[in-house]
Amino acid sequence: MATEQGSNGQMELHGDELLVVDGVKKYFPITRGIIFQKAIAQVQAVDGVSFSINPGETLGIVGESGCGKSTLARCIVRLLDTTAGRIMFEGRDITNVSRVAMRPIRREMTMIFQDPYASLNPRKRVGFIIGEPLEVHKLGTPAEVKRRVQELLEVVGLNPEHYNRFPHEFSGGQRQRIGVARALAVNPKLIVCDEPVSALDVSVQAQILNLLKDLQDDFGLTYIFIAHDLNVVRHISDRVMVMYLGQVSEVADRDTLYREPKHPYTGALLSAVPIPNPERGRAREAIVLEGDVPSPVNPPSGCRFHPRCPRFVEGHCDVEEPELFPFGNGHVAKCFYPLERWPMSAEEMRRRGTARAQEEPVQA
Amino acid sequence: MALLEVKDLRTSFKTEDGIVKAVDGVSFTVEKGQTLGIVGESGSGKSVTCLTIMGLNAKRTTMSSGEALWKGKDLLRAKSSQLRTIRGDEMSMIFQDPMTSLNPVHTIGKQLVEAVQLHRDVTVRVAKARALELLKAVGIPKAEGRIDDYPHQFSGGMRQRVMIAMALINDPDLLIADEPTTALDVTTQAQILNLMKRLQEDFGSAIIMITHDLGVVAETADDVVVMYAAKVVEHAKVHDLFNRPQHPYTWGLMGSLPRLETDTERLVQIPGQPPSLLRPPSGCRFHPRCPYVMGVCRTTEPKLLATERDPSHLQACHLDQETKDREANKLIESTMAEVG
Repeated sequence: MATEQGSNGQMELHGDELLVVDGVKKYFPITRGIIFQKAIAQVQAVDGVSFSINPGETLGIVGESGCGKSTLARCIVRLLDTTAGRIMFEGRDITNVSRVAMRPIRREMTMIFQDPYASLNPRKRVGFIIGEPLEVHKLGTPAEVKRRVQELLEVVGLNPEHYNRFPHEFSGGQRQRIGVARALAVNPKLIVCDEPVSALDVSVQAQILNLLKDLQDDFGLTYIFIAHDLNVVRHISDRVMVMYLGQVSEVADRDTLYREPKHPYTGALLSAVPIPNPERGRAREAIVLEGDVPSPVNPPSGCRFHPRCPRFVEGHCDVEEPELFPFGNGHVAKCFYPLERWPMSAEEMRRRGTARAQEEPVQA
Repeated sequence: MALLEVKDLRTSFKTEDGIVKAVDGVSFTVEKGQTLGIVGESGSGKSVTCLTIMGLNAKRTTMSSGEALWKGKDLLRAKSSQLRTIRGDEMSMIFQDPMTSLNPVHTIGKQLVEAVQLHRDVTVRVAKARALELLKAVGIPKAEGRIDDYPHQFSGGMRQRVMIAMALINDPDLLIADEPTTALDVTTQAQILNLMKRLQEDFGSAIIMITHDLGVVAETADDVVVMYAAKVVEHAKVHDLFNRPQHPYTWGLMGSLPRLETDTERLVQIPGQPPSLLRPPSGCRFHPRCPYVMGVCRTTEPKLLATERDPSHLQACHLDQETKDREANKLIESTMAEVG
């Protein structure tokens, strides 16, 4: 399922991955001056992210706001140009292909956006919104497009007769279904879902999650599923990637990540999720991280998580940057002092082990 | 006497399309030092209930009836001047969005001082000392240096802390928190919930916690009110609600949650959408979405009644007790199943 990653964090590929992201960086310049703009600093939104996805798989990406997960998504579908690194789709390097050459590839990967209110043009009818990708790619006559749109409406659980309605006539959940139908219109292989359920109520959220799962089964879709809700990501993903401040902290298959997290940040995230059960919820001890996510303009030295990490070792974590150490079966975590077991109390977490630091040479 | 006793509260808004009954017969009480959770989806009337209690609805378009007895005095019939002395002093509110709830053109110090001076006859110096004390209490690092900063210089979590500091600055007896952590990340949410718990222990305030997150309710509330389409459908002690939920809507909410600790291939979904409050469904308002719907549900509105077993567990559903117990057990079993 997962590609093995070597000890140097380099991926060993087996050739049939749908998408390979290799060392992708995206820096946004901060400029000063009105006519002569001079870059004075850079926001390192995504800083060296590598991963791969196999066909039919769902990769969940979790992280707090500002960790670069949405920027990464936009880089993957080429809505943003990358600063460095490579993006390979079906074995083809699409990092720098021209807009024209990109167009046929856009049929293969589409996107579902977070905000169902802002991502649909309020002046267009639903039929037009869903049919537009078909027209752009010149797939079929107007009559065929109409038939296809009505079929899509039915697939996502809307009434095909609502073809001529405007987005404002639908509720949030229904609008998100329209967004899903639009993403499906061109029969893509990969759908990048950027927080598709975070704006929805729980009961409606469940409907959309079930719909996405059903569609995956029916059409063999591959998803990149970005969310900040760990419960949602666990529910839908096969493999999960945790991001912190533009970098990957941990990748593992779903069950491993949630049962045996290795990175202290993953542990803190998992322990912070409120449990909808009064007995267990109150017994749980959250590992509360101090402070906020630092600025990606001037990220901390060494391990980027060190200023908030309960296991921080002075003179090591703040000096040297850890690699993605392998833990077998595609599980990698970027930490010198990985968690020995899980669950763990805040007290235990502070008593760090030394395993990784001794095995690996400390001096670069 | 209860700190706050809400009886048959009704609020409706005049809109161009007609009258929207946003709150329709809600009753509950809040005792000193207790936390009441109000859960529901957007549009269920949970925020409007609290805005009505605080007297914060637009007067021209709102009609309210019922009673909201604050220490025995009816807030709905109080004069604006009386309400102003209560609000921000005895009773205060934390709003959902920390980005828009602070005034962007004043420093947070100035806004906090204003909150003190509105209710206390003290000098700026004293008020500022109090502001500083609160900023420290809510865990703003280097509070002395931050007090003259503007809201945009703070992160979301920090702004929410400032909001909490402002709400607590006059030692309120009741704190109404309207989705206080919804806009925040999970690690920040954990910080804020811990903070509220600690402050409640220190200051002994009662809290009304409005949220759509059952996890937050399970961990913070003593009593829980579940609202659906402007009405209370279930009201129980937190342990009873989670261990013996009695209403199909509550079952739906619990089943639709993806959970960290259990494997569910498919989530229980509540079909359809929450109804429009302009034309609410007849009978039980949940009946168009309810999988257990019976003939009587379409015609007769169920009353909010105590269960046979427990007088403090109120629910509004026509189903017989046996079915409810069976379905509740089924749900608990499916969601409590351990991983693997």
